[in-house]
Amino acid sequence: MLLQPLAGIGGKANGLFSRVGLAGRFLLETVYYSGMCLRRPRLVIKEIYFVGVLSLAIIVVSGLFVGMVLGLQMYDTLDRFGSGEVVGMVVALSLVRELGPVLSAILFASRAGSAVTAEIGLMRATEQISAMEMMAIQPIARVVTPRFWAGVISLPLLTSIFNVTGILGGYLVAVNLLGVDGGMFWSEMQDSVDFRLDIMNGFDKSVIFAIAVSLVAVFEGYHATATAEGVSRATTRTVVISALLVLGLDFVLTAFMFRGI
Amino acid sequence: MKYSMLDLWVGLFIVVGVAAIVFLSLRVANQTTLRANETYSVTAEFDNIGGLKVRAPVRSAGVTVGRIADIYLDTTTFKAVVKLEIEEQFPFSSDTSASILTAGLLGEQYVSLQAGVDTETLSDGDDIWLTSSAMVLENLISNFMFNAASEGDQ
Repeated sequence: MLLQPLAGIGGKANGLFSRVGLAGRFLLETVYYSGMCLRRPRLVIKEIYFVGVLSLAIIVVSGLFVGMVLGLQMYDTLDRFGSGEVVGMVVALSLVRELGPVLSAILFASRAGSAVTAEIGLMRATEQISAMEMMAIQPIARVVTPRFWAGVISLPLLTSIFNVTGILGGYLVAVNLLGVDGGMFWSEMQDSVDFRLDIMNGFDKSVIFAIAVSLVAVFEGYHATATAEGVSRATTRTVVISALLVLGLDFVLTAFMFRGI
Repeated sequence: MKYSMLDLWVGLFIVVGVAAIVFLSLRVANQTTLRANETYSVTAEFDNIGGLKVRAPVRSAGVTVGRIADIYLDTTTFKAVVKLEIEEQFPFSSDTSASILTAGLLGEQYVSLQAGVDTETLSDGDDIWLTSSAMVLENLISNFMFNAASEGDQ
């Protein structure tokens, strides 16, 4: 009687660990079958269109507004200390180091990751994946790898676009609205943003997030329960797990990349 | 959708993405770390470096000529050793003096180089032996207070 709750916790933990192990094996299989993407690049291009090009609108608009809000808020605080000019530096650093990679990854997970999960999950539910296996087509190679690599290629590019539109949004607010000198805006920014330390680390972050989010999306879709309810649960799980994973990974990566600076 | 349209959009997307990366690297960041191979490094010993940090600028007459690469404590003399990386295009005479100054009243600290008259120039691994330490606000205030107190005694 007393052991019942303990057994429940153990069962949950067991399920979690076996799912993580399954995801790891799934990642290895995906990489193993990636040759298909090189032989038929059209498959990847089509998926880049769906997950990358169609996500452009939400990324550009969000980036612009995030940059504009950052500019407004930071200027308000910085101006109290008489240093409103450094707003360019604050906007650029916070976007390039943290906000750009994290927000793009979360937006990407909700815009593209959920769609990928639903697509693959529906293929599973309508037994298209079993049909492929019957025809001796490896479904991981044909269905999973193009979507995985499209995500890995798209997200870093989307993150860079997010950063640039954010900085331009900050420029718009700071220079055109609040009257910060345009030259000071750029020179303060260039003075403190370092290529290797900030830009490259931010880019590395976005590549790692891209791998994580894409893996979660294809994994949840491929292992969805083959019912309508199962697909809907898988889609929800993709968004929730991706968001949590990105935020957790971001803390770990930041601790490694920017500690003591 | 036709494949040709698909290719066009994806191509455009990748071009815009790469352009964004180039913009971030060239317009937003400084390229000091990209030119790391064209520098020579010299060391300078200071009694006190105040709040000097690694990557702070090295300036001469206000012009940035390099960056601080490393700061550590010499455990035999108990002085701070600062490693300066100066760009190759700025040769300094071997009797150059280094001092730690502050940009603005409470701003960042940097190393200022004052060129000397020697015809020999500093080369990689050399020492700058003419140094003056950072101004520490507490020391200044205590000096001032001691002076004021001793004047009050007289």
